[in-house]
Amino acid sequence: MSTEKSWGTQAFDWFEERLPIVSFIDNTVGSKYPAPKNLNYFWNFGALAGFVMVIMILTGILLAMSYTPHVDHAFQSVERIMRDVNSGWLLRYMHANGASFFFIVVYIHIFRGLYYGSYKAPREVLWWLGIIIMLIMMMTAFTGYVLPWGQMSFWGATVITNLFSAIPVIGDEIVTLLWGGFSVDNPTLNRFFALHFLMPFVLVGVVILHVWALHIPGSNNPLGINATPKDKIPFHPYYTAKDAFGLGVFLLVYFTVVFWFPNAMGHTDNYIPANPLSTPAHIVPEWYFLPFYAILRSIDDKLTGVILMFGSILILFVIPWLDTSRVRSATFRPIFRVLFWIFLIDCVVLTWCGAQLPEGIPLILTRVGTFWYFFHFLVLMPVIGWIETPRPLPTSISTPVVAKPAE
Amino acid sequence: MRIVLFAALATLFIGFAPVDVKAAGGEVKLDHQEWSFDGVFGRFDRQQLQRGFQVYREVCASCHSLDYIAFRNLEAIGYSEDQTKVLASEYTIEECCDDQGDIFDRPAIPADYIPNPYPNEQFARASNNGALPPDLSLMSKARHGGPDYVYSLINGYPDPDKSTPEMEAELMDGMYYNAVFEGNQIAMAQQLFDDLLEYSDGTDPTAKQMAKDVAAFLHWAAEPKLEMRKQTGVRVLLFTFVFTILAYFLKRRIWADVES
Amino acid sequence: MADAEEHQAVPTEDESRRDFLLHATLATGAVGVAVSMWPLINSMNPAADTLALSSVEASLAGLQEGQAITISWRGKPVFVRYRTAVEIEEARSERWQDMPDPQPDEERVQDDRYLIVIGVCTHLGCIPLGQKTTETRGDYGGYFCPCHGSHYDLSARIRRGPAPANLEVPEYIFLSETNIRIG
Repeated sequence: MSTEKSWGTQAFDWFEERLPIVSFIDNTVGSKYPAPKNLNYFWNFGALAGFVMVIMILTGILLAMSYTPHVDHAFQSVERIMRDVNSGWLLRYMHANGASFFFIVVYIHIFRGLYYGSYKAPREVLWWLGIIIMLIMMMTAFTGYVLPWGQMSFWGATVITNLFSAIPVIGDEIVTLLWGGFSVDNPTLNRFFALHFLMPFVLVGVVILHVWALHIPGSNNPLGINATPKDKIPFHPYYTAKDAFGLGVFLLVYFTVVFWFPNAMGHTDNYIPANPLSTPAHIVPEWYFLPFYAILRSIDDKLTGVILMFGSILILFVIPWLDTSRVRSATFRPIFRVLFWIFLIDCVVLTWCGAQLPEGIPLILTRVGTFWYFFHFLVLMPVIGWIETPRPLPTSISTPVVAKPAE
Repeated sequence: MRIVLFAALATLFIGFAPVDVKAAGGEVKLDHQEWSFDGVFGRFDRQQLQRGFQVYREVCASCHSLDYIAFRNLEAIGYSEDQTKVLASEYTIEECCDDQGDIFDRPAIPADYIPNPYPNEQFARASNNGALPPDLSLMSKARHGGPDYVYSLINGYPDPDKSTPEMEAELMDGMYYNAVFEGNQIAMAQQLFDDLLEYSDGTDPTAKQMAKDVAAFLHWAAEPKLEMRKQTGVRVLLFTFVFTILAYFLKRRIWADVES
Repeated sequence: MADAEEHQAVPTEDESRRDFLLHATLATGAVGVAVSMWPLINSMNPAADTLALSSVEASLAGLQEGQAITISWRGKPVFVRYRTAVEIEEARSERWQDMPDPQPDEERVQDDRYLIVIGVCTHLGCIPLGQKTTETRGDYGGYFCPCHGSHYDLSARIRRGPAPANLEVPEYIFLSETNIRIG
């Protein structure tokens, strides 16, 4: 009896011999890729971020087919998308809210990393790539928000580009270079569109590096201890199924916002066409920039504010070394755990502060919040790592765990 | 469960969503109305939209443009294609140019957008004491409170019997007191009074009724796709819910041996 | 990775349930993706404002006998020529069966007097000359395409030259004696 393969199988094997795509996928996210078996739902957020990224690129390309990046036509072209383009309203609302959800998902993903020590050796480069991803996301979101050319688009662009004049000596020249003129105007809008279109594809490249860097050591896990082969299960079908479920829950929230609260996270002023001669009463960036906006305005001196704002992100690059603890997961770090929650609350407070006028109580809170932010990383992280007595770590993931402290 | 935590975090973020600053000055109390288009299954009331359009045409259109509405769009509020042709033909469009190079007039067709009452911004300001009557196409989305804001503002003029000397004393030249407008001084005089016009469907044209109808109409003008959006949402959410339930049980089955 | 493989062993009675559940979930997911693709692709179809201009109405009242006007429709020129009785006679006198793209004149006009055709040469898309009395009308009195020398007659049929087909007659109706709607 011959074990002759079917024609389809033969064709498949012929191709796989020459370009093994399917086995590549199987080895990276399939049944041949082992992952720790104790990952909790906070490990869903990386995959969710990838999914949102795909939605953003799809909707973005389709929107770009109808959008006109010229000051006289931009606002109107967006309204045309909302009213005349088939399903244009859906594309626009998915894209605008998708940006917010991209940040929600990524921020949770980052906080997961902070809590479980995912930034520690040997995952430092993975962590760096993640920060770079966040920076590219921020630049993409910033340039994207300018495109509808509403009041907030214009004035947000004006305020933020003006920041660069704080750079000593060459500040003004840099701002002129950014603007392509003497104020935010058509050249600025046009180049922001070009950059907004470009950066997502750079992002895809960095995401690929990020996943690659992850696959070398494999995923961290809630216990923070190295997972041995017997502690692992194949990514497919366990985590593909879990990610599918997580995706469903995510979509329920996302679609609820897109279909019933599509303007909740936006700003009413952006439905007013940009007017360079009329400044809105309160210029507010989108919510995901608010904590950084707060840090920027915590200090009166412009240059110091700018340095602190960028510093608040750049400091993340060095936390693998700032954190001196040998224990990864906050599960076993009783003091660090408390500090983590305080830090999270600090970020939430800074977010709120970013939307207030920098005066009175909000200003005090902003300054305390900014101080604490840097204090947490520069002082607490190193010191606590030395002085803290971590809880005893389990010997392995598979052995029954001694009563874990409730989280 | 972690899902609860995620949902809570998501809600937290969204709860911070309307982060618009109301720092300086107190919040204005808007007269909240029941709108037919509110809620999960909200729909427009076409009769109301037609009445609102009538109010816009007879009262507002002399000063306020509605740039993003074309006559063909009016089919969505219940007019037939022929009716939109007739409506359009009542308006004149200036077009360039005849064989002599002169601008000529022609009647509007459904594809045309409702013409601006003024030829340019400067003319509009000159006709209105230096103030520019804003375009109303997006007004309902460009202000907090949307239709409630529009309604409350139009109704926000003081009762002549109740206006106090203080309100009069602080007003600048050519301005009027309004309880809702930022700063309480608005360049537009009260426009709606009882029985100002006659509704073709016989509804009693009180000032409040007209204000409500025109606010609903303007909300449609700002969001013509609202009904389609909510209806699609119901279907999408139901489908996603089914998928999520299935995916949950599938996940549980697959994980049964690990989670024992 | 023996332990990882162990995890895949599942009792058979659960397996069939997993299969149904698996197939149901996969199918729901696939349908979801497929159904959501349509609005995305459809967004590339003509938008409402484009469709609103897909037909154009024009008045021929001012057109004199022997004159021609050009109407813009869907981004293309439409030639309308008010033919004289002599021109109509000429268009009908020739043997249409021998022409490169055989078609009798009667089939190409609704009202004999008005020749209404899309003014785009069927060769490679140039706009033929002949609408204005100052322009050459080619050897057959109709239109002449200067790009590669196609000659069209008084029924806008191709008579000589590289063009393969007669000038296209668009869909149109007479709304009244002198008003037409194209498209």
